[in-house]
Amino acid sequence: MKVLIRSAGFLTSVQDLGRTGFRQSGVSLGGALDLHALRVANALVGNDENAAGLEATLGTLRLAFEDDRLVAWCGGAFSVRIGGENLPAGHAGLVTENGELTITAPNAGGRAWVAISGGIDVPLVLGSRSTDRRGNFGGHEGRALRDGDLLSLFIAARFEIAAAAGISEWSAPAPWAATNRNGPVLRIVKGADWDRFTPEAQQALIASAFSVAPDSDRMGARLTGPTLERVEPGDLLSEPVVPGTIQVPPNGQPILLLGDCQTIGGYPKIAHVITVDLPIAAQLWPGEKVRFQEISLSDAQAFLREREKDFGVFRAGVGLHLR
Amino acid sequence: MRIEPLGDSALLVRVAETFDAEQSLDAVLRATRQLELAEIRGVLDLAPAYTTIGVFYDPAQIGAFDEFQANIERALQRDLDSLRTHEAATIEVPVCYEREFAPDLDEVAQHTALSPEEIIHRHAAANYRVSCVGFTPGFPYLSGLPPELATPRRASPRKEIPAGAVAIGGTQTGIYPRKSPGGWNIIGRTPLRLFGVERNPPALFHTGDRVRFRKISRQEFDAFPA
Repeated sequence: MKVLIRSAGFLTSVQDLGRTGFRQSGVSLGGALDLHALRVANALVGNDENAAGLEATLGTLRLAFEDDRLVAWCGGAFSVRIGGENLPAGHAGLVTENGELTITAPNAGGRAWVAISGGIDVPLVLGSRSTDRRGNFGGHEGRALRDGDLLSLFIAARFEIAAAAGISEWSAPAPWAATNRNGPVLRIVKGADWDRFTPEAQQALIASAFSVAPDSDRMGARLTGPTLERVEPGDLLSEPVVPGTIQVPPNGQPILLLGDCQTIGGYPKIAHVITVDLPIAAQLWPGEKVRFQEISLSDAQAFLREREKDFGVFRAGVGLHLR
Repeated sequence: MRIEPLGDSALLVRVAETFDAEQSLDAVLRATRQLELAEIRGVLDLAPAYTTIGVFYDPAQIGAFDEFQANIERALQRDLDSLRTHEAATIEVPVCYEREFAPDLDEVAQHTALSPEEIIHRHAAANYRVSCVGFTPGFPYLSGLPPELATPRRASPRKEIPAGAVAIGGTQTGIYPRKSPGGWNIIGRTPLRLFGVERNPPALFHTGDRVRFRKISRQEFDAFPA
């Protein structure tokens, strides 16, 4: 059974939780830019958390289904409808045979993740179903979706939703489902090259607002603000980087690396956005202002452990509803 | 050897303070192998680069962080002598240096004050080693460029460099696995396919591999099996 992409929107791709184990070959992690949003959406429709779903950018997506499917989404402030019914973020909804799901342009935040019960059946490439658009592999033919694409779906477990209009009354915690923030603040831990920057630069990173530049993409959010100067300029050897790394090129304007970032980078790493705040980073949009707040590494890890524990409880709770 | 955090879900193992294509790279390869063999719980991926190794982990799976870090330290101290380390391969790369594949040869000639013929001769005669794979999937950064051939990157990068382009960037040489933007000076092209998702590992080059270039004609380039 399949889902027809009636309208592919601005930029929609098939993504799962990304590609691990091939960094030695220079292969990026990729995957949903907000991995947690996809996990939550998958849990809501009874999928494995790593099932492939859709990442929509700026919306205007229309999907038509050949058979009954549960769907759920998390992300920015989009308006999503099943036929005429509103499907709020973080709820599961039933799309019946020949039904349509529409995602219109967001009021705030730029990306949404859609899970479909069963999950999207595209081939595993290097252990993942994620689309690597720079490498042109994975996902659906290694590319963004186009109008008229037809995607196979895996068979879904049987389910029933006892609710009016086929929308679940139970839902995911709001901060997981709706991830755009007014005046976003991202928590950071110091990077390996923190001490290479002047005290003024260190101070400026914490005290200033940075604007998101138009040439931002899935590789990174380019930020403009006060120039972050180094104590001593000069080339450094390339070192591994990871999504969340904030690196600073010679022009002093930081780049916040996101899921499609390269495996290595030669610019100094002033800080890293903590993993639990990457969902907010994935919603940053050109023109928006963002601030940073420093916390300790042990706090960052504690927040992550706590979220994982909460996610386990949430998944078990959803399991009570899906049979 | 120092271990530093790389955010809250990765570590950086700093194996050496300065890079050289023999001793420090051997030490990085050895440490990478030690970490691979240790199969430490929660480790998802390893990425060596020049003097460091990235250790990517799942914070939910590692247990207590101090203990995890101690496991890594122990793994790095383990004796490897009785175990085989990764055998570095020697890969011969055929390169056609003819004009149509070498748009930046004149600029390199100008910068180095060497004739194009001399540049080709010296580039093809040297011994190289892969010091890192990255930038794009399968891109090998090669150490061993004769110092007199070093040429700074182009002031403005090209929007599109063809697959197989052999190029000089600063003191390194490298090969573009696929069509991509890039700022290095292109002096030739290889018909080899550097990356394929159907292969395991997908990249032709591995950190530590030894590389030699062999000059081929345009006819040989065209006749090269796809």
